[in-house]
Amino acid sequence: MRSPLSAAWIRRALPTRRRAVAAAAVVVLVAAAVAWVLRPQGPDVRAEAAMLTVRSGPAGDQPVDLDTTFYLPGDASADRKVPAVLLAHGFGGTKESVRADAEEFAGRGYAVLTWTARGFGRSGGQIHLDHPDYEVRDAQRLLDWLAARPEVRTDAAGDPAVGVVGGSYGGGLALLLAAQDQRVDAIVPMITWNDLSRAFLPESTGKEPVEGVFKKGWAGLFFGGGGNAGSGPAGLSGASAAQPEGAPASAGPPSPGPGGGPGTGPGRAPAGAADPSCGRFAADVCAAYLRIATTGRADQAAVDLLRRSSPAGVLDRISAPTLLVQGEADTLFPLSEADVNARGIAATGTPVRVAWFTGGHDGGEGPRTDSDRVRFLTAQWLDHYVKGAGSVPGDDFTWSRIAGFDALDRGLVATGYRTADYPGTGGTGRREVELAGPAQQVANPPAGNPAAISSVPFAGELSALLGGVAGDIPGQHARFESAPLAEAVDVAGAPTVDIRAASPTGEAVLFVKLYDVDPNGAATLPNGLVAPVRLTGLPAEIDAARPVTVTLPAIVRRVEAGHRLRVVVATSDQAYATPVEPVVHTVALGGGAVTLPTLAGEPIPTAATVWRWVLVGLLAAIAVGLVVVVAVVRRRHRRQDSSVHPAYADTPLAVRQLRKEYADGFVAVSNVDFEVHRGQVVGLLGPNGAGKTTTLRVLMGLTQPTAGEIYVFGHRLVPGSPVLSRIGALVEGPGFLPHLSGLENLKAYWRVTGRSVEDAHFDEALEIAGLGGSVHRKIKNYSHGMKQRLAIAQAMLGLPELLVLDEPTDGLDPPQIAEMRRVLQRYATDGRAVLVSSHLLAEVEQTCTHAVVVNKGRIVASGPVEEIVGESPSVLFDVTDPQAARTVLDRLAGVRVLPDGAGQLVVDTNGTARSEVVAELVRAGIGVDRVVPRRRLEDAFLALVGENSRGSGDR
Amino acid sequence: MAGSGVEARPDGAGRAGSVGAAAGYRPSATLPFGAEFRRQASRRRTQLALGFMVLLPLIILIAFQFDSGNDDDNGRGEFGSLIEFATSGGLNFTLFTIFVSASFLLVVVVALFCGDTVASEASWGSLRYLLSVPVPRARLLAVKLLVALAYSALALLLLAGTALLIGTLRYGWEPLRSTVAAELAPGEGLLRLLGVLGYLAVVLLVVAGLAFLLSVTTDAALGAVGGAVLLWILSSILDQITALGALRAFLPTHYGTAWLGLLSTPVQTDDVVRGSISAISYATLFWGLAFWRFTRKDVVS
Repeated sequence: MRSPLSAAWIRRALPTRRRAVAAAAVVVLVAAAVAWVLRPQGPDVRAEAAMLTVRSGPAGDQPVDLDTTFYLPGDASADRKVPAVLLAHGFGGTKESVRADAEEFAGRGYAVLTWTARGFGRSGGQIHLDHPDYEVRDAQRLLDWLAARPEVRTDAAGDPAVGVVGGSYGGGLALLLAAQDQRVDAIVPMITWNDLSRAFLPESTGKEPVEGVFKKGWAGLFFGGGGNAGSGPAGLSGASAAQPEGAPASAGPPSPGPGGGPGTGPGRAPAGAADPSCGRFAADVCAAYLRIATTGRADQAAVDLLRRSSPAGVLDRISAPTLLVQGEADTLFPLSEADVNARGIAATGTPVRVAWFTGGHDGGEGPRTDSDRVRFLTAQWLDHYVKGAGSVPGDDFTWSRIAGFDALDRGLVATGYRTADYPGTGGTGRREVELAGPAQQVANPPAGNPAAISSVPFAGELSALLGGVAGDIPGQHARFESAPLAEAVDVAGAPTVDIRAASPTGEAVLFVKLYDVDPNGAATLPNGLVAPVRLTGLPAEIDAARPVTVTLPAIVRRVEAGHRLRVVVATSDQAYATPVEPVVHTVALGGGAVTLPTLAGEPIPTAATVWRWVLVGLLAAIAVGLVVVVAVVRRRHRRQDSSVHPAYADTPLAVRQLRKEYADGFVAVSNVDFEVHRGQVVGLLGPNGAGKTTTLRVLMGLTQPTAGEIYVFGHRLVPGSPVLSRIGALVEGPGFLPHLSGLENLKAYWRVTGRSVEDAHFDEALEIAGLGGSVHRKIKNYSHGMKQRLAIAQAMLGLPELLVLDEPTDGLDPPQIAEMRRVLQRYATDGRAVLVSSHLLAEVEQTCTHAVVVNKGRIVASGPVEEIVGESPSVLFDVTDPQAARTVLDRLAGVRVLPDGAGQLVVDTNGTARSEVVAELVRAGIGVDRVVPRRRLEDAFLALVGENSRGSGDR
Repeated sequence: MAGSGVEARPDGAGRAGSVGAAAGYRPSATLPFGAEFRRQASRRRTQLALGFMVLLPLIILIAFQFDSGNDDDNGRGEFGSLIEFATSGGLNFTLFTIFVSASFLLVVVVALFCGDTVASEASWGSLRYLLSVPVPRARLLAVKLLVALAYSALALLLLAGTALLIGTLRYGWEPLRSTVAAELAPGEGLLRLLGVLGYLAVVLLVVAGLAFLLSVTTDAALGAVGGAVLLWILSSILDQITALGALRAFLPTHYGTAWLGLLSTPVQTDDVVRGSISAISYATLFWGLAFWRFTRKDVVS
C-alpha cells in the first residue's frame, strides 16, 4: 500500500488543495458578508427607566406619576455633557412607541427623555388633551428634571439645551410647551393640529367650529378606544409599514410601538376611573365629547375647551425655531393646520420651516424616501438649534408626491421636490378649470345612512388606495365635470370652487370633493380628503341661491393630461355626523370653474441620481478596462512574435527539450527533441501513453508546454501563433459538427480560417477523403473510418506545408491504409513535410522516411527509418524441413534459433555470414526456399522500449 | 533559451500578428462573425429555440380563446392586472407574454445560447481544430460570445415581435394599460415596451455571463446550461428569504422584476438603474473570468 504522504500523492493533491483554498476563501468571504449585514446594529446607548413624580395642575401641586425612560449616548457623562431631546408620543401610545426614535436620537448624541403621557399606560392621572396646566406642565417639570441631570448640557442654570419632538398628540404638546416655556430651544411638531376644534369640527366655507360638521369617525376612534391610536413622530420610526393595514393601532403616522396596540396601551386605568363612559379622560373633556357626539354640533363651551388645548391662541409666544412636518395623507389634521401654525409662528420672526410628506394619519410614515427626508430634516434642525452643530438649515420648503408603486416591494414611491419659499396652501400659481353640469337634486339620507365612504380613519394606505372606489351613493350626490385637460397640472394646495345650494329646510350639510378622473372613467379622490360645509339661510329654489366659495382640502397631486376633474357634492359621509332628517336639496355650480393652486419645484436628488452616475461610471470603467486590456494584449503579441530563429528558418518543425507536466503532477513528456525537415514523412512512434498525443497537443497550441520550445519554420510556437496556419492537423480523432454534411463541415471549417476559397483546394481534399456521394450526408451518420478520412482531408485543406496526423489509419481498412500511405508519401514530395504519430510499427515502417521513437515521455531513438532498423542480426529462413534445419543450425557455433516461427526459422546469426549458414543447410540436404533479413521495426522498437507489455502510462 | 541565435526581424507586412503565417491568414480575419453565426444557425437547438419563441405567443393566444369567463385572480398585487389586461390590446398581450417568459423561459434560452456555445465545440472535438486554425483564443471567445448574445437578443425580439404582431392582429392597436399607470398611448406604450425589453436584456446578461463562464470551464454543454439555470433558480429562491435583508440586494436576481417600474407613470428608474449596475457588474465579472480562464487553459478535449 502506498504511503499517503508519498511525493506523488502530495504532488497530485496540490491542485485539489489549491481548489480547496479557493473554495474556503469564497466561503469565508460570503460568511463575512453575511455577518456584516446581520451584525448587531445600533449605537451604544444606555437606557434608564424610572417612575417620576411631578407636580402639576393649575396650582402646580397635584402629584402625578410619569413612566419615563431616559436614553443616554454611551459616552455621555458629567464631563461630556450632551444636549437633550424631549420625545413625546402620539395619542394612545406610551413611551415604548417612540423607543426606536429615542435610540436613534441617542445614537446621534442626544440625551433623550421619553415618557408616557398622563392618562396612558402606566402613568397616572387623566387625559386632559395637552392641557397647559396638566400635560404641558408635566413636560415643564420634565425639563426641570433634565436640567438637573449632570449629563445634560445647560444654557443657564435650570435651563437645559433641549429640543422637543413629537407627532400628533406629541406634536401638539411640543407647540404648547414651546409657547409656555421659553427654555425650549427648538421644536419639531409633526402631523399635528393648530386648532383642535377646527380639526374635529371643520367647515370649509370659513365658518366657526360651532357651525362645523363633526368629524365623528376620528373622534369616536380616539374617544372610544380611550386612545388606541398611534403615537410618535411620523417618519422617525420604521415600524408602521410592517403593521397590517387597517388595524387601528398600526395606523397613523407613527411608530406603533409595543405599547400602542389595542389592549395594552390605555384603557381604563386599573385604579383610576370612576365613570365607565369616560375611561381615563378628564371629566370636562369627556363631558364635552359626549355633548358634541350626541348632537353632532359643538357648543361654545366645548369649542373653548378644545381651543384651550390648541396652539392657535399661543403661537405668538413661541420663540423656539420650529420645523413643521405635515402629512398629505391625513384626514384628521390636514395640511392647512400646519399652514396656520407656520404663519402664526413666523409672524413673530421665529425661524419656521415647513415640510410635507406623503404619509400622515392615513398614510403612515410614507415611502422610504419620505421618512428619510423627514429624518434628515429633523436631525439637521436639532443639530443646529439644539446641539449647535452644522450650518443654518435653509428655510426652503420640501414636499413630495406619490409617483407610483415600487416594482420590487410593492410599496408606494414618492418623488421629493423643493422650492425656495413656503407658498402655503395657496400655491405659487393658479389654474382655473371650467366645470359643467346642471343643477341636481341630492337626497340627505335619514340618520346619515347609507353614507358615502371617502376615507376610513386609521386604515393607513388602504385609505389612499380606496380612492373613492367605495364612492358615492346614487341619488345622494351631484357631479360637475370638466373637459379633459389639455396638459398636466401639478396641484399643490387647496383648490377652491363656488357652489350654490337650495333646500326646503334652508340648511344643508354637504360634502364637496374633487376627483381626478382618468380617460377610462376611474375616479380617484386624492387621499380621501373631503370638504364638509354647513350652508344656512338657503332659498328653496336654486335660482335664488347665492354662490359660496368652498375651500377644498389641500392636496398634492399631478393631474395628467387627458384626465378630467370632477367636483362631487354629496349629502353624506361616513366620517362625519350629518343631519338625521331626510330632505332633498338642490345643488348647482356657483362660478363654473375650480381654481387649482399650482406649485413648481425642482426634484430633490435622491440616491437614485447617485446610482445613475455609478452606472455611467461603471460603463466607462468597463470601456476603459477593455481598451487597456486589448492594448496590453496587442503589445505583448507584438513583442513575442517578431523573431525568427535563423537555424530553423527552413525547418518545418523543430522541437527542443519539450516538457509537459499536467496539473496533477503527471509528467507526460519529459524531454522530447526532434526535427522534421522538408520532404520527410516522420513517424512519431511509441506505445500508448508514451507522450505522442501530448507532444502533438503542444504542437497545435492546445496546451502550454512546461518547458522547451517548438519552432515552426523558425517561428517560436505558442498557443495561437499565426504560423500554426501553415500546419494542417488531425489530433486525437476527428471533430466535426454532427448536424452538418461532410462537405458543409469542410466549408464551415475553411470559412473559419478567413482565407480565400481558392486556397482551400477542396477538390484535392475531397479526392483524398474518397467519400464519393457521402460527403453530402450528415456527419452523425458517418462510420468512424469515414470521419477519419474526412478529418485527414480537412487537415490537408489549403495544402499546409506541415501535415500533422495523429493515428491517421485508425479505423481505415487495408486498401484505404495502403492508399493513405501513398497519399502521405506523395504529399511530402514538393517541399512539404508530414508528421505521423502511430503506435503501429508496420505503418511507420512502410510510410515514413524518418522515425522518432518515444517512450515514457522521452525520445529513445530518432533518425531515418533504415537507420533505426539498422542491420538486423536476425534472418528468416524458409526451409523444406524446419526440424532438420534446426538441428543443423544448433550445431553452428554462435548461431541461435529464436523460438518463434511456424514452418519458418528466425535465426540470430550473431556475426556468422548468412551465406555460410545457407551453405551449411544445403550441405545437410535441406532445401532453402527463402532467406530474408529481418528488417522489422518491431525488433528495433521492442529493443528500444523493452518488451514489457504493460502500458507505459503506468509509470 | 531562445535568446541566443534568435534574430529579431522587422515585421515586413506591418501586421505583427501574422508573421510567418500562411498566405491569406490574418488572425483578425479568423472565425468571422458571419461564419460563427451560420455555424450556430445550422444547429437544431438554435432553430428549435427560436422557433419556440415564435410559437409561444401563438400558444398563449390560442389559450386565451378558451376564456371560461370566471377569472381566478392568480396575480394578486398591483401588477396582477397584467393578466387581466392581457387581451386588451397588442401591447398588453406582448407585455403579458414577456411577463410570463421573463422569469424562466428566457433564462433557459439565454443560458442555452451562451452556455452551449463553447462547451458543445469541446464535446464534438471541433474546438481543438478551431484553435489550430489558429483562431486566437480571445477572438474565439469574443466572437462566440457576440454570436450567443446576438441569438439571445434575437430570441427576445422574436418573442416580443411575434406577440406584438399577432396580439395587434387579434386584439387591436390599443393603448397600454395597467393599474399602476395611466393608460399609455400606443406610441408611448411601445416605447415603454422597448424599455422593458432593453432592461430585461440587461438583466439576462447575468445568465449569459454565468452560462458562458461555465461553458469554457466544462466540456459538457448540458452542465453549462443546466448549471447556469440552477444557479439562477438558487438566487431566486434566496431572494424570497427576507431574513437575508440587505444581502439580497447582492443577488443577481434581486432586481429581476424591476422592469415593472417602467410601466408606472412617471417611469420609475431607480431599481432599473440599480438592477443594471448589478447585472452589468456580474456579467463583466463572469466574462472576465471566462476570458482569463480560457486563454490559459489546456484544451484536452
